[in-house]
This record gives sequence, structure tokens and C-alpha cells, in this order.
Amino acid sequence: MLTLTWYVFDEPSGAFRDAAERCSQMSAGRYTIALTPLPTDADQQREQLVRRLAAADPDIDIIGMDVIWTAEFAEAGWILPWLASSSERVSKGRLPAANESARYKNRLWGVPFTSNAQLLWYRSDRVSSSPRTWNELIEKAETFGNPGNLQVQGQRYEGLTVFFISLLASAGGSVLDESGSAVSLEETPTVRALSLLKRIASSSVADPALAAAREDQARLTFETGGPTFMINYSFVWPSAHQNVPEMAAHMAFARWPSVDQNHTSRVAIGGLNLGVGAFTRNPDLAFEAAECLASKSNQIRAAKQGGLPPTLEALYDDLEVRKRFPFADILRETLRDAVLRPRTPVYNDISLAISRTLHPMRDIDPVRDAVRLRKAVNQALNSEGLL
Amino acid sequence: MNQGRLAERRLGWLLCAPAVAAMLLVTAYPILYALWLSLFRYDLRFPDRREFVGLANYASVLTSEVWWKALSNTLIISAGSVAFELVLGIALALLMHLTTIGRRTVRTAVLIPYAIITVVAALAWKFAFDPTTGFINALLGLENSWLTERWPAFFVIIFSEIWKTTPFMALLLMAGLTLIPEDLLRAARVDGASAWQRFWRIILPLMKPTILVALFFRTLDAFRIFDTVYVQTRGAQDTETVSIVGYNTLIVRLNLGLGSAVSVLIFCGVLLIALLFIKGFGTSLQGQRGDRL
Repeated sequence: MLTLTWYVFDEPSGAFRDAAERCSQMSAGRYTIALTPLPTDADQQREQLVRRLAAADPDIDIIGMDVIWTAEFAEAGWILPWLASSSERVSKGRLPAANESARYKNRLWGVPFTSNAQLLWYRSDRVSSSPRTWNELIEKAETFGNPGNLQVQGQRYEGLTVFFISLLASAGGSVLDESGSAVSLEETPTVRALSLLKRIASSSVADPALAAAREDQARLTFETGGPTFMINYSFVWPSAHQNVPEMAAHMAFARWPSVDQNHTSRVAIGGLNLGVGAFTRNPDLAFEAAECLASKSNQIRAAKQGGLPPTLEALYDDLEVRKRFPFADILRETLRDAVLRPRTPVYNDISLAISRTLHPMRDIDPVRDAVRLRKAVNQALNSEGLL
Repeated sequence: MNQGRLAERRLGWLLCAPAVAAMLLVTAYPILYALWLSLFRYDLRFPDRREFVGLANYASVLTSEVWWKALSNTLIISAGSVAFELVLGIALALLMHLTTIGRRTVRTAVLIPYAIITVVAALAWKFAFDPTTGFINALLGLENSWLTERWPAFFVIIFSEIWKTTPFMALLLMAGLTLIPEDLLRAARVDGASAWQRFWRIILPLMKPTILVALFFRTLDAFRIFDTVYVQTRGAQDTETVSIVGYNTLIVRLNLGLGSAVSVLIFCGVLLIALLFIKGFGTSLQGQRGDRL
């Protein structure tokens, strides 16, 4: 029997493995899907995939692609686009931002499988209502005064870029212009976003280890009970309930804070799209299998078992999904307003340029660094110089 | 040069010819290919836009503050780790050489860190220095978060390197110690030389060639440091080394042209270190030969 290989990160709950098995059964013997696990870290997944793809490896049939890889992989000719006739069917009912993340140059390069966005998590036993803006949040956290009361991501990596892009979009700015080929970084919103980053890092409630903090450090610290607020993805919910149920009973969630009263926040969307490798020996079957893997039942499975939010909008009303995600409504709202990270083949360089210029957050000088950032992003866009 | 010397020299070349040929086969091609690639604008993501750009990549690297910063970081780490390793290495070598009881146990114990994989050692020390999971802060009564600031991060990196590779240094130096003629030391003792004088005036001068070899190997190794920095800081907090810059450009950014230029420059650095040391060897070996003749 024909075997299709699915390269995807090593999902710990086994939801992906089960999905592969179900689709293999449903194919009635035409194919089986074998799963090849990749590392959990997105940068390392990309490194391994890219090395194989650049060498035209025909073993890669289906790829679990982070939403930020679409343009790069498509431009390099490493993945195949969906036919115009089937792309409409594939996109139907999925979150617009998730669909957009899989599109590049007017074609669909992947089927959106799982989604994600950050929320604000807080302790309902300490604060009665959630702060709506960043200023309110910082002030509120400062009334508690303990260092680390507010947990965010400040290490020099993709998480810092996500933080900046979300703040920038919430302030009404964007990194690149509509065409994706020129730097935008409008002065007012950029300086605003940078000032907020600086303020968060120099506040008395910033974590002493902020410059090395990633999502998982924030989760672990929050679970110790010290912090009142945390910006993080939804994986922190099941984790807290499993590790520290007494604390989790007082854990509440809210939308990512906005930059000012008049605009709602816009958070960078994350998640996984399933693409078809350009060098596969069986493109037709691979397309079919990818569509099956991202189907409704498998999204429910991924949500229930693995805690991965679905891309099919209707599933946010599904009872089983809502049981797993009590924050389903807020998450859906967040995802509807979500912002895409710049859609350019050199996104990886741009992200490096951003996180490098802004790290460490405490040393940011908003006006000076707005200029430096523009220069660095421009250089990255033209793939010039070292980063 | 007399006839005998010349023949001996020819034989020497003949004897090492197979090794040289094998080395050329496996190393010359990649080196030349890297040189060739470094002359192109070549990004794996845009294979169609490949073009010859001459030395533009080198100009781009050499005018970038990233490169010079990485180079100075690399030199700080190299100098810091090698200097301490030398001192500790000599001490450990003497210890291993002079112990009479439990000799085997002592030698094995000293060598354990060297047997541990660098990545594992780097991770272990990273956790040890971590403010929440580590024991270092508790031990010293500090509340540092070591890897989030530049100099403390350098300290952790250099410390891990020293811990890991001092045994290597000690092993090499011990080999040098065994070469020192016992009678020489005995004679010195009869003449009333103190332990310190024997060490400073006899052991060290006689070990000079060994010390140079040990320093040479370690400096080359230290200059190419990658794993410890990658695991502990990923180059953040301004601890990026030249190898990390090369890795980021080649493997992460897939920029083969620029990345090859970085690799070639690292190679030049290694070559320079080798040349300096070989010059040092030359004089020390000649000095010895002169003594004997």
C-alpha cells in the first residue's frame, strides 16, 4: 500500500497520530499516512524541513506548516498550491485570518488545521475585573508590586516579535505595507508600541528574568502563584488545572489588552496549516489526505485531546470544544480580529531583525529604536547584511 | 643542509603523503566550494536570483557590527576559558602525576567532565544557574538571574567550558610531565632546589612544547565554540560567537553566499591562530634542538 509521510511537530497527546490513522482507514486502502515527528520548537522544525526541501526530498508528502512559513515555502517552490477549484471548498467555514495565513499571491498553499492566539490570564481572587488596556494592566499590576507580577515574553526569539507585532497592530500600525515588499512601520504607532514595551520592562512588576522569558517560563512562574497577570497561549489552562488545581480555580481569562480605549486589540495569529511538499510522488493523494487530516472530526480531536484551537469557526459553538475551552468565545473574537505576521518570503529574517533590535526590552529608546528598527527591517527585506 | 638530512626530509614527506592526500580529498573540496559560494549572492529561498557579486559578501560581513561584536565575544570566551584551563590543567596534571594512592580513581574522576557530551553539560549548567531550578543561587546566597545579562552570561558560558575541557588540557599536560627525566628533578633536589623552584625552573621550561600544543588545540577549539552558547543563550545578551553568526546566516536564513563568507572568515581566523602557534612551536622546538646539539 502507498504510504504518505506527514512531517509535523511531535504532538504529545497523540491527536495527530489518531487523525492519521483515521484518515488512513477512511481512504479504504488507497493510502496510509505515516507520521514523522519534528521537534516542538518551531524554529527547529523549520530548520529540519527546509534542509530537506532545499534538497528536493521526495519523501515529504504532507507538511505541518507554521502559519508564518507560507510565503517562504511557496516562493522557494517547496510546496504545491491548491487548485483554484478546490481551494474554495477547502477554505469554507474556516476563520478568515487562518485562511489568509495559508494564502500567498492569490493562491491557497495549505489547509488551516489548528489555530491559536494569546489571551490575558489573571487571578480572579485578586482582581475583580480584567484590565482593558495595557496602561490599566500595568497600573493594576503595580498595586501588587511584586517583581514578576506581570508575565510576558521577552527573550530574543519569535515570541518577542509576536509581542511587538501585536502591540503595533493594536496601535494601528503594520510592519510591511499591503504589497508586502516595502517597510511600513508608521512612526506614531511604532513609537507607541516601543514605549509600551519599554514601560513594561522597566516597571517594578516586570520579571527579573524577563530578558530570558518564553511562554513556558511564564506558565511555570504563573503556576507558582506569585504573578497576577500573564500573557500567554491557551495551553496554560489545561496545564494549570492539572498541575495546581487550587490555583487554577481562581484563574480567569480576558482578551489581550488594547493599546488605547478606541481600538480593540489585534493579536498575531498562530497555528498550523497543512501543505503538500513540492517533490511528493503522489500529489493528488497528498492533497486529499491533507484535507482529510484537517477535517471537522480531526479538529475536534485535536482540540479535545491536544488542546489545539480549531480553524473551523462553527466548532467554537461545539459543546465538546467549549468544555475544553471555556474561553471559546473570547478566543474566537480574538481570532476574528487577529493580525497576520508579515507575509513575505523573508519573514524569518524580518523576525530576527525585530527581535534583535528590541532585545533587551528594558534598553529600548522608543524614538531612536523606531529608526533603527526601520533600518534593520529594510535590510532584512532585501536580504542584505548579517542579522 | 647535508645529504642525510635531505633524504630524511624526503622520507618524511613520503610518509605523510597518504594522510595529506586523504585530508585534501575530504577537506579541500568543501573549503574551495565555500570560497566559491562566498562570491555569489545566493539565497536558497530565491534560487533564481543567484548572481556573481565578487567580494561584496565579504564587504557586507566586515562592515557589519554584528561580525565584529561576535568576533570580540569569541575572543573574550577563548581567552577567558583557555587561560583558566591552562592553570587548572597544570594543577590537575600534577595531581594525577603525583598521586600514589588510588591513582586510577583520581584519573577517572578528573576525566568524567570531558566524557560528558557538550550539549548535556551546557544544559546541566544552564539549569544549575537558573534562578528557579538551579542550586547555584541557593549555594551562594544570591538572587541572580545569570543568563539574562551579558557578563553573568559570559561567566556561565566560560565556566561551563572550563569545567568541560580542563580534563583534556590536564591529560595532554600529564603526557608532557611524564617526559621529564626523573634524575633531573632528583639532581635539583640534591642541589637544594625548593619544590617551587623545581616547578618553575625545570618542569615548566621542559614542558613548554607540550603546553604550546595543549594551548594550540584548546584555542582552536575555543575559537569555534558553538554548542555551549547555542544551548545556554542562543547568542542573546550579546554573547553571540562567530560560529553562531555563521549558523544563523547559513542554516536559519539559508543565505549561502553571505554564510559562506562568514565561514571563510572563521577559517581565516583559525588559520591565523594556527600560524601564530606554529611560529611559537618553531622557536621552542629549535631552542630545544639547539640545547641538545
